[in-house]
Amino acid sequence: MRFLATLLFLALLVFGVWSFQAAESFGAWLPPHVSSFGAEIDFLFNLILWMVAFFFVLTEGVLVYCIWRFSKKDPSKALFSHGSHKLEMLWTAIPAVLLLVIAFAQMSAWANMRFESKLPDGEPIAIAWASQFDWRFQYPGADGEFGTMDDFESAYEFVVPVGEPVKFILRSRDVIHSFSVPQFRLKQDAMPGMAIPVWFKVEDPDNDGDGVGDGDNAGDYELICMELCGWGHYKMAGMVRALPRDEYDAWVLDQQAHFMSNGIEE
Amino acid sequence: MSSSSSSVHPGMGAPGTVRVDHDHHELGFWRKYIFSTDHKVIGIQFMLTGLVMFLIGGLMAMAIRWQLAWPWTEMPIVGKLLFPETGKVISPEFYTMLFTMHGTIMIFFVIIPLLTGAFGNFLIPLMIGAPDMAFPKLNMIGYWAMVPGIGFALASFFVEGGGAASGWTAYPPLSTIESAAPGSGQGQTLWLLALTWSGVSSMTGAVNYVTTIVKMRAPGMTMMRMPLTIWALLISALLQLFALPVLTAASILQILDRVIDTGFFTPTNLIVNQFNSEGVGAAAGGQPLLWQHLFWFYSHPAVYIMVVPAMGLASDVIAAHARKPIFGYKPMVYSMSAIAGLGFIVWGHHMFASGMNPALGMTFMVSTIMIALPSAVKVFNWLGTLWGSRIQLTAAMLNALGFVAMFIIGGLSGIWMAATPVDIYIHDTYIVVGHFHYVVFGGSVFAIWAGIYHWFPKMFGRMMNETLGKLHFIGSFIFTNGVFYLMHQLGIAGLMRRTADPYDYEAFAHLQPINKIISICAFCLFAWQLIFVYNFFQSMFWGKRVGRNPWKATTVEWDAPSPPGHGNFDHELAVHCGPYEYASPLVEEDYLPQTRDVGVEKAKA
Repeated sequence: MRFLATLLFLALLVFGVWSFQAAESFGAWLPPHVSSFGAEIDFLFNLILWMVAFFFVLTEGVLVYCIWRFSKKDPSKALFSHGSHKLEMLWTAIPAVLLLVIAFAQMSAWANMRFESKLPDGEPIAIAWASQFDWRFQYPGADGEFGTMDDFESAYEFVVPVGEPVKFILRSRDVIHSFSVPQFRLKQDAMPGMAIPVWFKVEDPDNDGDGVGDGDNAGDYELICMELCGWGHYKMAGMVRALPRDEYDAWVLDQQAHFMSNGIEE
Repeated sequence: MSSSSSSVHPGMGAPGTVRVDHDHHELGFWRKYIFSTDHKVIGIQFMLTGLVMFLIGGLMAMAIRWQLAWPWTEMPIVGKLLFPETGKVISPEFYTMLFTMHGTIMIFFVIIPLLTGAFGNFLIPLMIGAPDMAFPKLNMIGYWAMVPGIGFALASFFVEGGGAASGWTAYPPLSTIESAAPGSGQGQTLWLLALTWSGVSSMTGAVNYVTTIVKMRAPGMTMMRMPLTIWALLISALLQLFALPVLTAASILQILDRVIDTGFFTPTNLIVNQFNSEGVGAAAGGQPLLWQHLFWFYSHPAVYIMVVPAMGLASDVIAAHARKPIFGYKPMVYSMSAIAGLGFIVWGHHMFASGMNPALGMTFMVSTIMIALPSAVKVFNWLGTLWGSRIQLTAAMLNALGFVAMFIIGGLSGIWMAATPVDIYIHDTYIVVGHFHYVVFGGSVFAIWAGIYHWFPKMFGRMMNETLGKLHFIGSFIFTNGVFYLMHQLGIAGLMRRTADPYDYEAFAHLQPINKIISICAFCLFAWQLIFVYNFFQSMFWGKRVGRNPWKATTVEWDAPSPPGHGNFDHELAVHCGPYEYASPLVEEDYLPQTRDVGVEKAKA
């Protein structure tokens, strides 16, 4: 039993480390990030990962060693010790400092994402309406005001410009939903009765050095409802379509014309 | 607290005095086994009920795993019986009921009743040297209050619309508006009643545990001589006392919202199912976030109610089977108290993505990250206990070691969730599912198994089969990790919880093979429990008979006959030393029982 028990607990340690190390190769890892929050959140994730990995290997390693070393048949008595004040101080103080560092390391990223004072200036580009089980995006139209005649609506697709901050208002018509785009590292519940301002920015890196973004991150991103909203929760999908500014403007004009002309002969 | 406090248990004499049962009239079957006021019988009632509910909740988990591995596929054998009208497959509606009721049953009718109901009842009087609980009748009522709770929970599947389907968190408005979900009809009301009754049961238990522990300890059993199990049960009872009234009040508000449209949690002007129903909160003026605050104000401390007693059980098992005193007894007590105290100011970490004030989120993040500290201290102390010990690899010990190994994983993964920016990404993904199952299954359930293997001889006077016990542990350990470990990676890939079929999303289609591995491990884990069931009942009737102290353990319960009769102890009892005097140099054997007097308080208290 001694050998088997040691092997079992050692296997957990090895499997625990290996499966994290190998996860990327079978596609079970952080998807590539494209938003302005991405780099910071992934850095913090990895910071915690390294600390967690260290303590996982340390504690499980000591456990495996103890199981092997101290389960030997031995007629003598165990070490008669009720503890050590020094050790207690040590293993309280070190984790306390590390945990405080971890906590403080999060604060600026959190403030950037969520604090009202950090919201980008300007009017929101749309109101995102969640309802069982679809997404609708209400754009203000040319006058920039919601609730007027030139508003138009996009079902399923949330079209946004790439490379600039996008602010929108998240609302729900019925129950709680959640607006989540994994590649943006963004998640916000749509709370009925509340109008929550949300923002993100799809990064538009300038790799060829011509002073403007290359538009590499333009494209479609899956929008997923991440809060249980009823039987159809699993299929409440949407799409965020990030377009270069000129294409975005053209899309807005096109949509607006389409909505304005609806049912009217020109 | 003086140890010779007066008894609040009339008719039993002062604690610590002779407790030979004076009324020798035999109780009938009904009073002895069904409506018993004996804490041991009540404890065993809680245990058997909890294990039966464990089976039911486990079956639901199997159905969930079937759907996640092979969505919309005919279920073999049971599909024909259970879902004839949906073509033998699980419907998405039924899937939402499955995970809702799986969580509800496992939390309220398995883990809490097993830890506090079964072990709390059975162990508290025995371990502190008392003849029974302070309020035996209330104790009986506590068990029987859980029964209607179970009845309501199970009955909800058979009402129109089916069982509750808004998750075990029952967030309004999904849970309060009938047309929002099929289970939000009568099923949801029954769910709320089930919760309320389970609350009555927990509350009567908590009152009893606190009173008994404070007032009925044997002479010499000072607070700092109590076994860690008793400390843990005291602390979790205090958590129940302070947190539970909030959940009960919130449940009643939600019942009112549902039954007479009070609108505490329902905001104004919702449009559900494309029509603006007048009844649906046209002027409700409620706030769904309020429910989340009230719910988590209880349900986060409830997480500690589900793990602190497990820590206590594991500590006692580890000390006894490692033949060594607990390393850092006082730090263990303080860290459990710290977990309980901090446990009241961390509930907001469930709501980082909810739209709660982000400044508030920041404070909840700091308190949540800091709660990792006392948990870490406990782990270090268990490892300190093992260092230089003489480990006996019994079935009980293996399960306790499994508890430590897996509690570490559940604790460490929690740090990601506490960190607000990181949580925004992993919130509501499978890493959360992996995290809490490592705490509640890898942690609490393994500690429960350790406790059953360890105290079974005291409960029934017979040993459980050790070989079968070890076999049960080996398979359970392998399959448990097979089920829950890979959930971390699924969550890191972004896979969301509570989803009947995630594979239509481009991002998740490739994750199905991992879910198949997990499901196969889950079925094996479930089937493996047959060994435990067989061992449990076989040993109850035909196991090897034991004397008072088969493990050569130090704590007071081993001084009573196995099983203890009515009134527990058949001789006078006083406590002379701390609970974990293993390997004591004062005696020749490698253990010094708490009740043994080796001269004037020579032993370390």
